[in-house]
Amino acid sequence: MNELKNKNEETAGATPFRRGGALKADKITMAHGSGGKAMRDLIDDVFIKSFDNPAMGEMEDQARIDLRALQAEGDRLAFTTDSFVVDPLFFPGGDIGKLAIFGTVNDLAVGGAKPLYLTCSMIIEEGLEIDTLRKVVSSMREAADLSGVSIVTGDTKVVDKGACDKLFINTAGVGVIPKGTDIGAKKVKPGDKLLVNGVLGDHGAAILNARGDMSLTSPVLSDCKPLYELIENFLKAAPGTSSIRDATRGGLASAVNEIAETAGVGVLLNEDDIPLRKEVRGFCEILGLDPLYLANEGTLVAFVPAEQADDALAAMKNLEAGKEAAIIGEAVEGTSGRVIMQSSFGGKRIVDMLVGDQLPRIC
Amino acid sequence: MKYVDEFRDPEMAKTLLKQIEALTLEIPKASKRPLQIMEVCGGHTHSIFKFGIETMLPDCIELVHGPGCPVCVLPMGRVDDCIAIAETPNMIFTTFGDAMRVPGSKKSLLQAKAEGCDIRMVYSPLDALELAKNNPDKEVSFFGLGFETTMPSTALTVLQAEADSVENFSLFCNHITIIPTIKAILDSPDLKLDGFLGPGHVSMVIGNSPYNFIANHYKRPLVVAGFEPLDVLQSIWMVLKQIKEGRHEIENQYNRIVPDDGNNIALQSIGKVFELREFFEWRGLGSIDHSGVKIRDEYAKFDSEKKFDLPSLKIADPKSCQCGEVLKGVIKPWECKVFGELCTPETPLGSLMVSSEGACAAYYQYGGALMEAKKAEAEKTAS
Repeated sequence: MNELKNKNEETAGATPFRRGGALKADKITMAHGSGGKAMRDLIDDVFIKSFDNPAMGEMEDQARIDLRALQAEGDRLAFTTDSFVVDPLFFPGGDIGKLAIFGTVNDLAVGGAKPLYLTCSMIIEEGLEIDTLRKVVSSMREAADLSGVSIVTGDTKVVDKGACDKLFINTAGVGVIPKGTDIGAKKVKPGDKLLVNGVLGDHGAAILNARGDMSLTSPVLSDCKPLYELIENFLKAAPGTSSIRDATRGGLASAVNEIAETAGVGVLLNEDDIPLRKEVRGFCEILGLDPLYLANEGTLVAFVPAEQADDALAAMKNLEAGKEAAIIGEAVEGTSGRVIMQSSFGGKRIVDMLVGDQLPRIC
Repeated sequence: MKYVDEFRDPEMAKTLLKQIEALTLEIPKASKRPLQIMEVCGGHTHSIFKFGIETMLPDCIELVHGPGCPVCVLPMGRVDDCIAIAETPNMIFTTFGDAMRVPGSKKSLLQAKAEGCDIRMVYSPLDALELAKNNPDKEVSFFGLGFETTMPSTALTVLQAEADSVENFSLFCNHITIIPTIKAILDSPDLKLDGFLGPGHVSMVIGNSPYNFIANHYKRPLVVAGFEPLDVLQSIWMVLKQIKEGRHEIENQYNRIVPDDGNNIALQSIGKVFELREFFEWRGLGSIDHSGVKIRDEYAKFDSEKKFDLPSLKIADPKSCQCGEVLKGVIKPWECKVFGELCTPETPLGSLMVSSEGACAAYYQYGGALMEAKKAEAEKTAS
């Protein structure tokens, strides 16, 4: 990759004095990553046009952020990064661009931080339709606006056909944690209630369906959405909230297992209370998948002290992103690090971390 | 969900459990040692763990998880053959998902894929045939495995390939048949089983009469069972009722799906394409006569074993593995020397740790609490 780095140039480093270029090609070629005119045109016509904001407008090699403005929001900086490689790029309910924004914004928000600035780095496979790229970038801008963040710097690389799959995006983000907010898995204690903000597994099912694994007649939409507003509101209702996690890859089961392990508590889930769309349930039944392990992109799990749980739930249900919220279990003494589910049928079973990928069963 | 929720009704489960408990009190031998009931099929094992059925049953009933997971009983040599096919130039190798992690002597299909082989997961052999049609310049081989449940769809795919004159499609046939294997288990000298839950979906194809020898010769009850949790409980109740009444018959709990004489069209397609092998190697159980099928000579051009050069080596199971004893119900998964330490779902040594239908993987993933309780109980009894 070093070689490519030398060939390419930083998006934010384009000179400020030239006229904006316009792209004429239909498809990305190696020229669009070579640092020459084609690359400038790509940056101007696709990225700057969409992401336009004061920090990016300065056209330096780095974004510059006023520290005083940050300090006004809180007393700690939250900083995170995530890469997005989803296939297909567009799926019911979302696309890679939306994911790249919401994913990073949510990683900040679940720590109690207010998300503020994002970077956007793209690795593009030669041959990608420029219209596709435009759609992704415009979707990123919409998602950023919805999340209240600005994309302040970025980078593009073009790689040979086959060296990546169409388009990979990395976003890093910074946010600020307000004074007094202190959320962490270690704070979870027996008796805390476990909440989710909505139905599980929609994203995972939407992606599998979009890949053509099943042709559902009523398609499930990805749940991808920003969670900051929801978190801000329910933290007001439940300021004692111990831990919040974004239940992305590995689903609810993995997020809850991670928390249980860190906190050294057991967790008892109640299958009856876990919200699940009937299409997703059917999808999992047919393919032999477990919805607890399906990915989500706008679903959080939160441990809240019992006495604040009802208020937290009401606060969630007040907002669109939480209208199907539910209390699905609680942290318990003993069985440290173990997640156990009381099945609707009456038995109990361990819900462990996922090993490898979920592989569909044959019979 | 229609056709699902009615078979998962917790109230009905409570009633059934009460009746099961009442029945066990009327079976004198149940007070001396646990009654051992083997569920032959991996699908049952999966349901039993998923719904926590073992945690609901009285202590005097012990479920033994049998050999009915086709992925689990696949010997390493066959996986090596798969990889040899996958490594053939210009090849798209297709397989059901849960065969991906089965260890071969050197690597699994998942590892071979990471090394660059074009290996794709499909949900049906017809998807593999479609791939062959869409990629006429490539060879496509389908890894056919499973009992009589999956055999008809593979057979029909071969017939379809012939009807459509597809020349770049072939089948690596590893289909196995359950009856000789149940017989081998019944012949085992350390057998303690009191009854069987019969495999519902195999029976949907073969019908109920092939099990008659179990009742007539070995004098054990078998109930062909469905896969929802109430199906499993009701079938256990039916086995116990037979034991209590001193009967040993073949009964059909799953009659909403399983006709007594099976599915004639499916059987015809199987008979047309496949014939019995003299013997087939099972992981953990060794070679069992007439327990596998191969492609008939008329369809040889669709046979990956004839089309490609395969090592076809017999690879012994790792010495430390006790899959065979677990499969026969002689030991419990956690009593195996390597369970949970050298052998885990991430790095399976034995095949029972590979598929979620394998008894060991099921215990490892779902059965922790139950296992710990049983271990503690065993230690208490020992001391």
